[in-house]
Amino acid sequence: MRKLKELIIEKLILICGLASIFFVALIFLFLLKEGLTLFKTVSPFKFLFGKSWYPISEPAQLGILPLILGSLLVTIGAAIISIPIGVGCAIYIAEIAPLKIKETLKAGIELLAAIPSVVLGFIGMVTLVPLVKTVFHLPTGLTALSGSIMLAFMAMPTIVSIAEDALYSVPKTYKEGALALGATHWQTIWRVMLPAASSGILAAVMLGIGRVIGETMAVMMITGNAAVIPNSILAPVRTLTATIAAEMGEAVVGSEHYFALFAIGIVLFVISFAINVTADLFLHKRQQ
Amino acid sequence: MVKFDIKDLNIWFGPVHALKQVSMEIQANEILSVIGPSNSGKTTFLRMLNRLNDLNQNFRMSGVVKLERKDIKNIDTELLRKRVGMVFALPLPLPLSVFDNVAYGVRMHGRKTKKILQDRVEESLKEAYLWEEVKDRLNESAFKLSGGQQQRLCIARTLAVEPEVILFDEPCSGLDPISTAKVEDAMVKLKQKYTIVLVTNNVKQAARVGDRTAFFLGGELIELDKTDKIFTAPQDKRTDGYIRGKFG
Repeated sequence: MRKLKELIIEKLILICGLASIFFVALIFLFLLKEGLTLFKTVSPFKFLFGKSWYPISEPAQLGILPLILGSLLVTIGAAIISIPIGVGCAIYIAEIAPLKIKETLKAGIELLAAIPSVVLGFIGMVTLVPLVKTVFHLPTGLTALSGSIMLAFMAMPTIVSIAEDALYSVPKTYKEGALALGATHWQTIWRVMLPAASSGILAAVMLGIGRVIGETMAVMMITGNAAVIPNSILAPVRTLTATIAAEMGEAVVGSEHYFALFAIGIVLFVISFAINVTADLFLHKRQQ
Repeated sequence: MVKFDIKDLNIWFGPVHALKQVSMEIQANEILSVIGPSNSGKTTFLRMLNRLNDLNQNFRMSGVVKLERKDIKNIDTELLRKRVGMVFALPLPLPLSVFDNVAYGVRMHGRKTKKILQDRVEESLKEAYLWEEVKDRLNESAFKLSGGQQQRLCIARTLAVEPEVILFDEPCSGLDPISTAKVEDAMVKLKQKYTIVLVTNNVKQAARVGDRTAFFLGGELIELDKTDKIFTAPQDKRTDGYIRGKFG
Protein backbone atom coordinates (compact mmCIF):
# COMPACT_ATOMS: atom_id res chain seq x y z
CA MET A 1 0.00 0.00 0.00
CA ARG A 2 2.72 2.43 0.99
CA LYS A 3 4.68 1.46 -2.06
CA LEU A 4 1.71 2.17 -4.29
CA LYS A 5 1.33 5.59 -2.70
CA GLU A 6 5.00 6.30 -3.31
CA LEU A 7 4.63 5.21 -6.90
CA ILE A 8 1.61 7.42 -7.54
CA ILE A 9 3.28 10.46 -6.00
CA GLU A 10 6.46 9.81 -7.94
CA LYS A 11 4.59 9.59 -11.22
CA LEU A 12 2.58 12.73 -10.45
CA ILE A 13 5.77 14.66 -9.82
CA LEU A 14 7.23 13.24 -13.00
CA ILE A 15 4.21 14.48 -14.94
CA CYS A 16 4.61 17.95 -13.42
CA GLY A 17 8.23 17.93 -14.46
CA LEU A 18 7.51 16.79 -17.98
CA ALA A 19 4.59 19.19 -18.38
CA SER A 20 6.81 22.24 -18.63
CA ILE A 21 8.95 20.65 -21.32
CA PHE A 22 5.83 19.46 -23.12
CA PHE A 23 4.30 22.93 -23.20
CA VAL A 24 7.52 24.54 -24.37
CA ALA A 25 7.73 22.01 -27.16
CA LEU A 26 4.12 22.64 -28.16
CA ILE A 27 4.59 26.39 -28.19
CA PHE A 28 7.76 26.09 -30.18
CA LEU A 29 6.16 23.75 -32.72
CA PHE A 30 3.20 26.05 -33.19
CA LEU A 31 5.51 29.02 -33.60
CA LEU A 32 7.58 27.15 -36.16
CA LYS A 33 4.55 25.92 -38.10
CA GLU A 34 3.00 29.36 -38.41
CA GLY A 35 6.26 31.27 -38.81
CA LEU A 36 7.90 29.05 -41.38
CA THR A 37 4.86 29.26 -43.65
CA LEU A 38 6.01 32.79 -44.47
CA PHE A 39 9.14 31.52 -46.13
CA LYS A 40 7.09 29.86 -48.87
CA THR A 41 6.52 33.31 -50.32
CA VAL A 42 9.29 35.47 -48.84
CA SER A 43 12.94 34.43 -48.77
CA PRO A 44 14.49 34.26 -45.27
CA PHE A 45 17.29 36.56 -46.40
CA LYS A 46 14.87 39.22 -47.58
CA PHE A 47 12.91 38.85 -44.37
CA LEU A 48 15.90 39.26 -42.06
CA PHE A 49 17.79 41.92 -44.02
CA GLY A 50 15.02 43.72 -45.84
CA LYS A 51 15.19 47.39 -45.03
CA SER A 52 11.51 48.22 -45.06
CA TRP A 53 8.61 46.97 -43.03
CA TYR A 54 5.35 47.89 -44.82
CA PRO A 55 3.14 44.92 -44.04
CA ILE A 56 -0.09 46.27 -45.45
CA SER A 57 1.12 47.98 -48.57
CA GLU A 58 0.50 46.24 -51.89
CA PRO A 59 2.67 44.24 -52.38
CA ALA A 60 3.63 43.91 -48.70
CA GLN A 61 7.28 44.55 -47.80
CA LEU A 62 8.30 42.38 -44.92
CA GLY A 63 11.91 43.26 -44.02
CA ILE A 64 12.57 43.24 -40.30
CA LEU A 65 16.07 44.75 -40.27
CA PRO A 66 14.74 48.04 -38.83
CA LEU A 67 12.98 46.12 -36.07
CA ILE A 68 16.06 44.04 -35.23
CA LEU A 69 18.21 47.18 -35.12
CA GLY A 70 15.58 48.88 -32.98
CA SER A 71 15.58 46.05 -30.46
CA LEU A 72 19.37 45.92 -30.49
CA LEU A 73 19.78 49.64 -29.99
CA VAL A 74 17.34 49.78 -27.08
CA THR A 75 18.87 46.69 -25.48
CA ILE A 76 22.46 47.85 -25.78
CA GLY A 77 21.53 51.24 -24.39
CA ALA A 78 19.71 49.67 -21.48
CA ALA A 79 22.64 47.32 -20.81
CA ILE A 80 25.15 50.17 -20.81
CA ILE A 81 23.05 52.02 -18.27
CA SER A 82 21.90 49.19 -16.05
CA ILE A 83 24.96 46.92 -15.78
CA PRO A 84 27.39 49.34 -14.08
CA ILE A 85 24.69 50.79 -11.82
CA GLY A 86 23.25 47.37 -11.03
CA VAL A 87 26.56 45.71 -10.25
CA GLY A 88 27.72 48.75 -8.27
CA CYS A 89 24.52 48.66 -6.27
CA ALA A 90 24.96 44.93 -5.63
CA ILE A 91 28.52 45.52 -4.38
CA TYR A 92 27.31 48.29 -2.10
CA ILE A 93 24.52 46.16 -0.66
CA ALA A 94 26.56 43.00 -0.26
CA GLU A 95 29.79 44.48 1.02
CA ILE A 96 29.65 48.06 2.15
CA ALA A 97 26.23 49.14 3.35
CA PRO A 98 25.48 49.05 7.09
CA LEU A 99 22.66 46.69 8.02
CA LYS A 100 19.92 49.31 8.16
CA ILE A 101 20.66 50.87 4.78
CA LYS A 102 21.04 47.40 3.33
CA GLU A 103 17.52 46.41 4.37
CA THR A 104 16.05 49.66 3.07
CA LEU A 105 17.82 49.33 -0.27
CA LYS A 106 16.77 45.73 -0.73
CA ALA A 107 13.15 46.60 -0.01
CA GLY A 108 13.39 49.49 -2.46
CA ILE A 109 14.75 47.27 -5.20
CA GLU A 110 12.05 44.69 -4.65
CA LEU A 111 9.52 47.46 -4.93
CA LEU A 112 11.07 48.57 -8.21
CA ALA A 113 10.70 45.02 -9.50
CA ALA A 114 7.06 45.01 -8.47
CA ILE A 115 6.07 48.00 -10.62
CA PRO A 116 4.10 46.72 -13.63
CA SER A 117 5.84 47.56 -16.87
CA VAL A 118 2.84 49.40 -18.24
CA VAL A 119 2.98 51.75 -15.26
CA LEU A 120 6.68 52.34 -15.82
CA GLY A 121 5.94 52.99 -19.48
CA PHE A 122 3.25 55.45 -18.67
CA ILE A 123 5.38 57.28 -16.10
CA GLY A 124 8.19 57.38 -18.64
CA MET A 125 5.84 58.81 -21.21
CA VAL A 126 4.82 61.79 -19.10
CA THR A 127 8.16 62.49 -17.39
CA LEU A 128 11.13 61.05 -19.24
CA VAL A 129 9.93 61.64 -22.80
CA PRO A 130 9.46 65.44 -22.44
CA LEU A 131 12.79 65.60 -20.59
CA VAL A 132 14.67 63.84 -23.39
CA LYS A 133 12.92 66.09 -25.88
CA THR A 134 14.02 69.33 -24.22
CA VAL A 135 17.51 68.20 -23.23
CA PHE A 136 18.46 67.11 -26.73
CA HIS A 137 16.28 69.64 -28.61
CA LEU A 138 14.44 66.93 -30.51
CA PRO A 139 11.17 67.13 -32.40
CA THR A 140 9.96 64.20 -30.28
CA GLY A 141 11.14 62.58 -27.07
CA LEU A 142 9.85 59.18 -28.11
CA THR A 143 13.29 57.76 -28.88
CA ALA A 144 15.44 54.68 -28.40
CA LEU A 145 17.23 56.51 -25.60
CA SER A 146 14.02 56.95 -23.63
CA GLY A 147 13.30 53.26 -24.09
CA SER A 148 16.81 52.35 -22.95
CA ILE A 149 16.56 54.39 -19.80
CA MET A 150 13.16 52.98 -18.91
CA LEU A 151 14.24 49.42 -19.62
CA ALA A 152 17.37 49.94 -17.55
CA PHE A 153 15.06 50.50 -14.60
CA MET A 154 13.39 47.19 -15.32
CA ALA A 155 16.62 45.23 -15.71
CA MET A 156 18.16 46.71 -12.57
CA PRO A 157 16.22 44.74 -9.93
CA THR A 158 17.10 41.46 -11.64
CA ILE A 159 20.77 42.38 -11.95
CA VAL A 160 21.05 43.73 -8.42
CA SER A 161 19.36 40.88 -6.62
CA ILE A 162 21.12 38.07 -8.47
CA ALA A 163 24.53 39.76 -8.43
CA GLU A 164 24.12 40.48 -4.73
CA ASP A 165 23.31 36.82 -4.13
CA ALA A 166 26.42 35.82 -6.04
CA LEU A 167 28.61 38.16 -4.01
CA TYR A 168 27.02 37.04 -0.78
CA SER A 169 27.69 33.40 -1.52
CA VAL A 170 31.43 33.92 -2.05
CA PRO A 171 32.97 31.93 0.82
CA LYS A 172 33.89 34.13 3.78
CA THR A 173 37.33 32.52 3.81
CA TYR A 174 38.20 34.14 0.45
CA LYS A 175 37.52 37.55 1.85
CA GLU A 176 39.38 36.88 5.09
CA GLY A 177 42.29 35.43 3.16
CA ALA A 178 42.66 38.59 1.13
CA LEU A 179 42.21 40.89 4.12
CA ALA A 180 44.75 38.86 6.12
CA LEU A 181 47.32 39.59 3.42
CA GLY A 182 46.80 43.26 4.11
CA ALA A 183 44.50 44.03 1.19
CA THR A 184 42.27 47.05 1.53
CA HIS A 185 38.52 46.60 1.41
CA TRP A 186 38.36 47.76 -2.19
CA GLN A 187 41.28 45.55 -3.28
CA THR A 188 39.48 42.63 -1.69
CA ILE A 189 36.26 43.43 -3.53
CA TRP A 190 37.92 44.10 -6.86
CA ARG A 191 40.50 41.32 -6.94
CA VAL A 192 38.86 38.56 -4.94
CA MET A 193 35.12 39.02 -4.47
CA LEU A 194 34.24 40.08 -8.02
CA PRO A 195 36.30 37.40 -9.79
CA ALA A 196 34.96 34.75 -7.41
CA ALA A 197 31.40 35.87 -8.06
CA SER A 198 31.90 36.54 -11.76
CA SER A 199 29.84 33.62 -13.01
CA GLY A 200 26.88 34.66 -10.88
CA ILE A 201 27.26 38.28 -11.92
CA LEU A 202 27.37 37.26 -15.55
CA ALA A 203 24.19 35.27 -15.08
CA ALA A 204 22.63 38.33 -13.47
CA VAL A 205 23.59 40.48 -16.44
CA MET A 206 22.28 37.92 -18.93
CA LEU A 207 18.96 37.60 -17.16
CA GLY A 208 18.71 41.38 -17.03
CA ILE A 209 19.33 41.61 -20.76
CA GLY A 210 16.86 38.81 -21.35
CA ARG A 211 14.24 40.80 -19.54
CA VAL A 212 15.02 43.87 -21.65
CA ILE A 213 14.78 42.05 -24.98
CA GLY A 214 11.48 40.45 -24.08
CA GLU A 215 9.92 43.60 -22.67
CA THR A 216 7.03 44.86 -24.76
CA MET A 217 4.63 47.24 -23.12
CA ALA A 218 6.95 49.98 -21.93
CA VAL A 219 9.01 50.10 -25.12
CA MET A 220 5.88 50.24 -27.20
CA MET A 221 4.73 53.27 -25.25
CA ILE A 222 7.91 55.33 -25.34
CA THR A 223 10.12 54.43 -28.27
CA GLY A 224 8.00 56.14 -30.90
CA ASN A 225 7.15 53.03 -32.91
CA ALA A 226 8.72 54.07 -36.17
CA ALA A 227 9.74 51.02 -38.15
CA VAL A 228 12.65 52.69 -39.90
CA ILE A 229 16.36 52.02 -39.61
CA PRO A 230 17.48 54.31 -36.77
CA ASN A 231 20.46 56.56 -37.46
CA SER A 232 21.12 57.39 -33.83
CA ILE A 233 19.99 56.52 -30.34
CA LEU A 234 18.00 59.76 -30.38
CA ALA A 235 15.74 58.54 -33.20
CA PRO A 236 12.41 56.80 -32.72
CA VAL A 237 12.58 53.04 -33.17
CA ARG A 238 10.29 50.06 -33.08
CA THR A 239 11.32 46.82 -31.46
CA LEU A 240 10.50 43.25 -32.46
CA THR A 241 8.26 42.75 -29.47
CA ALA A 242 6.35 45.98 -29.94
CA THR A 243 5.69 45.10 -33.56
CA ILE A 244 4.03 41.83 -32.66
CA ALA A 245 2.01 43.39 -29.88
CA ALA A 246 0.84 46.31 -31.98
CA GLU A 247 0.02 44.48 -35.18
CA MET A 248 -1.19 41.03 -34.17
CA GLY A 249 -4.67 42.31 -33.47
CA GLU A 250 -5.17 43.74 -36.92
CA ALA A 251 -3.36 41.16 -39.03
CA VAL A 252 -5.70 38.99 -41.07
CA VAL A 253 -5.39 35.38 -39.91
CA GLY A 254 -3.63 33.36 -42.60
CA SER A 255 -2.22 36.39 -44.41
CA GLU A 256 1.44 36.97 -45.16
CA HIS A 257 1.48 39.68 -42.50
CA TYR A 258 0.14 37.23 -39.92
CA PHE A 259 2.82 34.66 -40.71
CA ALA A 260 5.49 37.34 -40.69
CA LEU A 261 4.58 38.25 -37.11
CA PHE A 262 5.02 34.61 -36.14
CA ALA A 263 8.36 34.58 -37.91
CA ILE A 264 9.37 37.58 -35.77
CA GLY A 265 8.43 35.44 -32.81
CA ILE A 266 10.89 32.81 -34.01
CA VAL A 267 13.61 35.44 -34.33
CA LEU A 268 12.95 36.60 -30.76
CA PHE A 269 12.99 33.02 -29.57
CA VAL A 270 16.33 32.42 -31.25
CA ILE A 271 17.80 35.59 -29.75
CA SER A 272 16.79 34.74 -26.17
CA PHE A 273 17.91 31.18 -26.69
CA ALA A 274 21.30 32.42 -27.91
CA ILE A 275 21.65 34.67 -24.85
CA ASN A 276 20.90 31.81 -22.49
CA VAL A 277 23.30 29.47 -24.25
CA THR A 278 26.10 32.05 -24.16
CA ALA A 279 25.53 32.60 -20.46
CA ASP A 280 25.57 28.84 -19.91
CA LEU A 281 28.77 28.38 -21.87
CA PHE A 282 30.39 31.12 -19.87
CA LEU A 283 29.25 29.63 -16.58
CA HIS A 284 30.62 26.20 -17.43
CA LYS A 285 33.88 27.64 -18.64
CA ARG A 286 34.35 29.37 -15.30
CA GLN A 287 33.59 26.21 -13.39
CA GLN A 288 36.33 24.32 -15.19
CA MET B 1 62.05 41.27 22.94
CA VAL B 2 58.31 41.43 23.49
CA LYS B 3 56.37 41.31 20.24
CA PHE B 4 52.79 41.37 21.47
CA ASP B 5 51.78 42.74 24.84
CA ILE B 6 48.18 41.89 25.75
CA LYS B 7 46.54 43.37 28.85
CA ASP B 8 43.09 42.63 30.29
CA LEU B 9 41.66 41.64 26.95
CA ASN B 10 37.92 40.96 26.92
CA ILE B 11 35.98 40.16 23.78
CA TRP B 12 32.25 39.87 23.27
CA PHE B 13 30.27 38.79 20.24
CA GLY B 14 26.82 40.15 20.99
CA PRO B 15 25.90 38.63 24.37
CA VAL B 16 28.64 35.97 24.25
CA HIS B 17 31.69 36.71 26.36
CA ALA B 18 34.29 34.98 24.18
CA LEU B 19 37.53 36.02 25.91
CA LYS B 20 37.81 36.90 29.57
CA GLN B 21 40.56 39.03 31.11
CA VAL B 22 43.39 37.62 29.03
CA SER B 23 46.85 39.05 29.69
CA MET B 24 50.04 37.73 28.20
CA GLU B 25 53.19 38.57 26.32
CA ILE B 26 54.35 36.99 23.11
CA GLN B 27 58.10 37.00 22.61
CA ALA B 28 59.77 37.72 19.31
CA ASN B 29 61.05 34.65 17.45
CA GLU B 30 59.19 32.15 19.53
CA ILE B 31 56.55 29.65 18.56
CA LEU B 32 53.64 30.09 20.91
CA SER B 33 51.19 27.20 20.69
CA VAL B 34 47.64 27.87 21.73
CA ILE B 35 45.61 24.81 22.68
CA GLY B 36 42.16 24.22 24.13
CA PRO B 37 38.87 22.56 23.24
CA SER B 38 36.48 24.12 20.74
CA ASN B 39 34.73 27.25 21.96
CA SER B 40 37.63 27.96 24.28
CA GLY B 41 38.36 31.28 22.57
CA LYS B 42 41.69 30.33 21.03
CA THR B 43 40.73 31.26 17.48
CA THR B 44 39.12 34.48 18.71
CA PHE B 45 42.38 35.25 20.45
CA LEU B 46 44.36 34.61 17.27
CA ARG B 47 42.04 36.70 15.11
CA MET B 48 42.40 39.54 17.61
CA LEU B 49 46.08 39.86 16.76
CA ASN B 50 45.41 40.92 13.15
CA ARG B 51 42.00 42.41 13.89
CA LEU B 52 40.06 39.98 11.75
CA ASN B 53 37.44 39.92 14.51
CA ASP B 54 36.52 43.45 13.46
CA LEU B 55 34.69 41.96 10.48
CA ASN B 56 32.01 40.64 12.81
CA GLN B 57 29.40 43.34 13.34
CA ASN B 58 28.66 42.24 16.92
CA PHE B 59 32.31 42.40 18.00
CA ARG B 60 33.14 44.43 21.12
CA MET B 61 36.32 44.48 23.15
CA SER B 62 38.04 46.02 26.12
CA GLY B 63 41.67 45.97 27.14
CA VAL B 64 44.79 46.67 25.13
CA VAL B 65 46.77 44.74 22.55
CA LYS B 66 50.14 46.25 21.73
CA LEU B 67 52.42 45.30 18.87
CA GLU B 68 55.94 46.46 19.73
CA ARG B 69 54.60 48.88 22.32
CA LYS B 70 52.05 50.42 19.99
CA ASP B 71 48.31 49.85 20.46
CA ILE B 72 47.10 47.92 17.40
CA LYS B 73 44.02 50.13 17.28
CA ASN B 74 46.33 52.95 16.28
CA ILE B 75 48.01 50.98 13.52
CA ASP B 76 46.48 51.19 10.09
CA THR B 77 44.54 47.92 9.61
CA GLU B 78 46.10 47.06 6.26
CA LEU B 79 49.58 47.71 7.59
CA LEU B 80 48.88 45.64 10.70
CA ARG B 81 47.71 42.73 8.58
CA LYS B 82 50.77 43.03 6.40
CA ARG B 83 52.98 42.87 9.48
CA VAL B 84 50.92 40.12 11.08
CA GLY B 85 50.22 37.49 8.43
CA MET B 86 47.82 34.62 8.78
CA VAL B 87 47.59 31.05 7.48
CA PHE B 88 44.13 29.51 7.63
CA ALA B 89 42.89 26.05 8.49
CA LEU B 90 42.00 25.07 4.95
CA PRO B 91 44.53 25.76 2.23
CA LEU B 92 42.95 28.46 0.17
CA PRO B 93 44.85 28.94 -3.06
CA LEU B 94 43.39 31.44 -5.47
CA PRO B 95 42.40 30.20 -8.92
CA LEU B 96 45.73 31.39 -10.33
CA SER B 97 49.10 29.89 -11.15
CA VAL B 98 51.54 28.92 -8.40
CA PHE B 99 53.64 31.99 -9.18
CA ASP B 100 50.72 34.40 -9.19
CA ASN B 101 49.43 33.03 -5.93
CA VAL B 102 52.65 33.94 -4.17
CA ALA B 103 53.04 37.22 -6.04
CA TYR B 104 49.46 38.17 -5.27
CA GLY B 105 49.96 39.93 -1.96
CA VAL B 106 53.18 41.56 -3.13
CA ARG B 107 51.45 43.07 -6.12
CA MET B 108 48.66 44.30 -3.90
CA HIS B 109 51.08 46.30 -1.81
CA GLY B 110 52.34 48.29 -4.76
CA ARG B 111 53.74 47.56 -8.18
CA LYS B 112 57.10 45.84 -8.26
CA THR B 113 59.45 45.14 -11.14
CA LYS B 114 59.45 41.65 -12.60
CA LYS B 115 62.87 40.92 -11.16
CA ILE B 116 61.92 41.86 -7.61
CA LEU B 117 58.73 39.86 -7.93
CA GLN B 118 60.56 36.77 -9.16
CA ASP B 119 63.14 36.99 -6.41
CA ARG B 120 60.50 37.46 -3.75
CA VAL B 121 58.46 34.50 -5.01
CA GLU B 122 61.50 32.23 -5.11
CA GLU B 123 62.66 33.30 -1.67
CA SER B 124 59.22 32.81 -0.13
CA LEU B 125 58.77 29.40 -1.70
CA LYS B 126 62.17 28.37 -0.38
CA GLU B 127 61.30 29.57 3.11
CA ALA B 128 58.08 27.57 2.97
CA TYR B 129 60.04 24.49 1.83
CA LEU B 130 58.10 24.24 -1.37
CA TRP B 131 60.57 25.57 -3.94
CA GLU B 132 62.16 22.24 -4.83
CA GLU B 133 58.76 20.67 -5.45
CA VAL B 134 57.28 23.41 -7.59
CA LYS B 135 60.17 25.23 -9.24
CA ASP B 136 59.39 23.60 -12.59
CA ARG B 137 55.66 24.11 -12.39
CA LEU B 138 55.36 27.74 -11.38
CA ASN B 139 52.94 28.40 -14.21
CA GLU B 140 50.62 25.53 -13.42
CA SER B 141 47.36 26.11 -11.62
CA ALA B 142 47.72 26.07 -7.86
CA PHE B 143 44.84 23.61 -7.66
CA LYS B 144 47.04 20.93 -9.17
CA LEU B 145 49.22 20.86 -6.05
CA SER B 146 48.51 18.37 -3.27
CA GLY B 147 46.80 19.52 -0.07
CA GLY B 148 50.06 19.80 1.85
CA GLN B 149 51.71 21.67 -1.01
CA GLN B 150 48.75 24.03 -1.20
CA GLN B 151 49.06 24.79 2.48
CA ARG B 152 52.78 25.52 2.11
CA LEU B 153 51.89 27.66 -0.90
CA CYS B 154 49.60 29.66 1.37
CA ILE B 155 52.45 30.00 3.85
CA ALA B 156 54.70 31.24 1.04
CA ARG B 157 52.00 33.71 0.01
CA THR B 158 51.91 35.06 3.54
CA LEU B 159 55.73 35.23 3.73
CA ALA B 160 55.93 37.10 0.44
CA VAL B 161 54.46 40.26 1.92
CA GLU B 162 57.28 40.20 4.52
CA PRO B 163 55.41 39.95 7.80
CA GLU B 164 56.95 39.97 11.27
CA VAL B 165 54.44 37.67 12.88
CA ILE B 166 52.65 34.69 11.35
CA LEU B 167 49.42 33.41 12.81
CA PHE B 168 48.59 29.79 12.08
CA ASP B 169 44.96 28.81 12.56
CA GLU B 170 44.96 25.01 12.78
CA PRO B 171 47.13 24.83 9.67
CA CYS B 172 47.29 21.03 9.55
CA SER B 173 43.71 20.13 10.33
CA GLY B 174 43.07 19.00 6.78
CA LEU B 175 46.43 17.38 6.09
CA ASP B 176 47.83 13.87 6.24
CA PRO B 177 50.68 13.08 8.70
CA ILE B 178 53.47 13.43 6.13
CA SER B 179 52.26 16.80 4.87
CA THR B 180 51.77 17.83 8.49
CA ALA B 181 55.38 16.97 9.26
CA LYS B 182 56.55 19.11 6.34
CA VAL B 183 54.48 22.09 7.47
CA GLU B 184 55.81 21.67 11.01
CA ASP B 185 59.40 21.56 9.72
CA ALA B 186 58.76 24.77 7.86
CA MET B 187 57.34 26.39 10.99
CA VAL B 188 60.30 25.47 13.19
CA LYS B 189 62.74 26.93 10.70
CA LEU B 190 60.64 30.04 10.18
CA LYS B 191 60.90 31.10 13.81
CA GLN B 192 64.46 32.30 13.31
CA LYS B 193 63.03 35.13 11.29
CA TYR B 194 59.44 35.40 12.40
CA THR B 195 57.31 35.23 15.50
CA ILE B 196 54.79 32.43 15.25
CA VAL B 197 51.48 31.93 17.00
CA LEU B 198 50.01 28.51 16.35
CA VAL B 199 46.45 27.60 17.23
CA THR B 200 46.01 23.87 17.08
CA ASN B 201 43.55 21.17 18.05
CA ASN B 202 46.36 18.68 17.93
CA VAL B 203 47.94 18.62 21.39
CA LYS B 204 50.88 16.59 20.16
CA GLN B 205 51.62 19.16 17.51
CA ALA B 206 51.81 21.84 20.20
CA ALA B 207 54.25 19.63 22.10
CA ARG B 208 56.37 19.08 18.99
CA VAL B 209 56.81 22.61 17.73
CA GLY B 210 55.90 25.07 20.50
CA ASP B 211 58.48 26.91 22.61
CA ARG B 212 55.72 27.93 24.96
CA THR B 213 52.16 26.72 25.15
CA ALA B 214 49.02 28.54 26.26
CA PHE B 215 45.96 26.61 27.38
CA PHE B 216 42.56 28.26 26.92
CA LEU B 217 39.31 27.03 28.40
CA GLY B 218 35.93 28.72 28.24
CA GLY B 219 37.44 32.02 27.13
CA GLU B 220 39.99 32.13 29.92
CA LEU B 221 43.73 31.72 29.71
CA ILE B 222 44.27 28.91 32.20
CA GLU B 223 47.97 28.42 31.92
CA LEU B 224 50.93 29.67 29.90
CA ASP B 225 54.37 28.22 30.31
CA LYS B 226 57.31 26.54 28.59
CA THR B 227 56.01 23.69 26.47
CA ASP B 228 58.05 21.10 28.38
CA LYS B 229 56.60 22.27 31.62
CA ILE B 230 53.00 22.32 30.39
CA PHE B 231 53.33 18.79 29.16
CA THR B 232 55.26 17.32 32.07
CA ALA B 233 54.25 19.30 35.13
CA PRO B 234 51.21 21.49 34.48
CA GLN B 235 50.19 23.70 37.40
CA ASP B 236 46.47 23.49 36.77
CA LYS B 237 44.40 20.33 37.01
CA ARG B 238 42.36 21.30 33.99
CA THR B 239 45.46 21.65 31.81
CA ASP B 240 46.56 18.23 32.93
CA GLY B 241 43.15 16.77 32.11
CA TYR B 242 43.09 18.29 28.66
CA ILE B 243 46.53 17.22 27.52
CA ARG B 244 45.90 13.73 28.80
CA GLY B 245 42.80 13.65 26.64
CA LYS B 246 40.32 13.44 29.50
CA PHE B 247 38.07 16.06 27.90
CA GLY B 248 37.95 18.35 24.88
